[in-house]
Amino acid sequence: MDENTSTRRGFYGAVINSLNGIIGVALAVVAIPYLLFPRRHPVTAGWTVATDVDKLPQGTPAEVIFERVRKDSWRVSTEKASAWILKKSDQDVIAYGPSCTHLGCAYKWDQSSKNFICPCHTSAFSIDGKVLSGPAPRPLDRYDVRVDNGKILLGDIRKA
Amino acid sequence: MATLKPVLDWIEDRTGIGGLIHHALYEDIPKSSGWKHVLGSIALFSFMIQVVTGILLAFNYAPTPGESYNSLKFMLTEVTGGTVIRGLHHWGASIMIIVVVCHMAQVFLWGGYKKPREATWMVGAVLLLLTLAYGLTGYLLPWDNRAYWGTMVTVQIAGSAPGLGTYVQRLMGAENGVLGVMTFSRFFAVHVLVLPPITALMIAAHLYLVRRHGVAPEPEETETTKFYPRQVYKDTVAIFVVFMILLTMSIVAKVPLGHVADPTDTSFVPRPEWYFLFLFQTLKFFEGPLELFGSLVLPQLAILLLFLVPFIDRGKAIRVGKRTTAMAVLGLAALTWGGLTAAAIRSTPVPNEYAQALDAAPESWQEMPADQVAAVAYYRNAQCTKCHQLKDTSKPIDWLVDHFKQSAPQVQLKDSQWKSLAVFQTKLTDQMRDALVTTPDYAAAGAAVYQANNCFVCHQINGVGMKTGPPLSRVAMHREKQWVIDHFNDPQKMSPGTVMPPYKFNAQDMENITHYVLMLP
Repeated sequence: MDENTSTRRGFYGAVINSLNGIIGVALAVVAIPYLLFPRRHPVTAGWTVATDVDKLPQGTPAEVIFERVRKDSWRVSTEKASAWILKKSDQDVIAYGPSCTHLGCAYKWDQSSKNFICPCHTSAFSIDGKVLSGPAPRPLDRYDVRVDNGKILLGDIRKA
Repeated sequence: MATLKPVLDWIEDRTGIGGLIHHALYEDIPKSSGWKHVLGSIALFSFMIQVVTGILLAFNYAPTPGESYNSLKFMLTEVTGGTVIRGLHHWGASIMIIVVVCHMAQVFLWGGYKKPREATWMVGAVLLLLTLAYGLTGYLLPWDNRAYWGTMVTVQIAGSAPGLGTYVQRLMGAENGVLGVMTFSRFFAVHVLVLPPITALMIAAHLYLVRRHGVAPEPEETETTKFYPRQVYKDTVAIFVVFMILLTMSIVAKVPLGHVADPTDTSFVPRPEWYFLFLFQTLKFFEGPLELFGSLVLPQLAILLLFLVPFIDRGKAIRVGKRTTAMAVLGLAALTWGGLTAAAIRSTPVPNEYAQALDAAPESWQEMPADQVAAVAYYRNAQCTKCHQLKDTSKPIDWLVDHFKQSAPQVQLKDSQWKSLAVFQTKLTDQMRDALVTTPDYAAAGAAVYQANNCFVCHQINGVGMKTGPPLSRVAMHREKQWVIDHFNDPQKMSPGTVMPPYKFNAQDMENITHYVLMLP
């Protein structure tokens, strides 16, 4: 093989590799963000009427089940949701998200001990949501709450 | 590198993959091979692009009617790079068809199908049909009006087959020609589960046959060269050019996603994808009992003829310059195809500018009832943003109405109108938030005129209002702007017998409400 042919072979090889490389990179630049960073906007559930202030007992948490519209990616659906709502006064209301902060089990209010108790791994939370015992890593999550015209409106669930 | 060598040697010894690649690259090809032979490689490349982008689309696609439209819209508006991925798949389909047809035309012109390559040609013809089948089944999957009505025509044609028609329709999940959930599922299954493995198999067979008989040489040619590097270089450059064209189209050209499929929409004029337009046009020439000839017999004859090409032309291989018959046949086919396609395009009615705008996916305000869009106008007129940030309020409605009246005394509105703004503020959804920013002024003003004149007492917009008069949806599809204006001025003249009273709006109000009504989806 003389030098001329070998230079030409080198040129062909370089062009083949770099053009294929560019195609691969171009596809990756589109595909990787598409797969790994799928959403541009966080989705808010909006405000939903959960119950009337009057219907709740004062000072004792009550489980409230209500219907709300959830936007799940492209699907907007009406679903049942629940909250443990504590009415301190007609204007001061706390609504806890329904899942234990440990592994997501549904906890209950235990009237005898006046604590929230999770049946799965016996985490216990005080009436204001603080962890008393058990493996739960953080206090109970809370809904955004608004009281309007005697109605309790709930928004998104946030970490306390 | 020195440490890597034992590893590479081990892999080579156990798998033989290096030898395989070497065998593939150092294949003998005729010395005359060159740019004219790049089309097959591009076809294979476009298929691979379709596979990759198709899989990517599936990550954000809901394969059920209705939901599929929503998921696609979600992909286009909220997923990073979603428009480009869909663009690559959409335009890639067109490019694949062009490339496959060009590949066949090249082989035809050079007589590459001649003995012993008849089977290679016939497998190629199967691949062409498979490519078209992707187009036919994929067309339904966005589930917009184009998809629905285009597929409706396909299903009706299938149903017209003598004897078999009813059965074929049932196979398509479209009993009695009614498109349904089953039609969708079956088209989806064929598109993503049935066709790809068959195509892969056929491509393997095609490549094997190309290898077995070699690339067709020029007549009397005996000199050979190696596939790598010269031909691989040419193939790669050609692939790169096509890919760049495709990528540019996907970024620049917008792929339409129309109105969601609406079986009651009589204003929609269905048109097939451009590569099927010639068939669509052919149908116009055959009426009555002859229709079957145009829709089924003729295409099937053409396909049969395509398969038989190597057996019809069995002469000795001659130089391409002397293949005058082949040139004439190809030229005639191209002319016929071009003529039919051009005629079909010419016969497509050009929708008015409003109807064209409605072809796009609707914006937030277009999907909202008029009172909410009007609230946008009140909100802007009252200049709420001077003092407030846009957020929910927990104030009671009555308080808000009083507050509006006091804070914006320059805006004269009825209590009911203030109330719609108050309601708007207390339940701001994402859609409303978006509408407050994106609603064009004419639409907000037009909706305000609509509300002020109580049009909702007889008409319905997006589900709100009465149905004494016609619901105001897609009016632009069958009415021109001047007609709507004349109708406001003198309803009796435009639609005799109507109970609608005349509305003499001033020029500005007339412009706004007309424009607004024509932009309703």
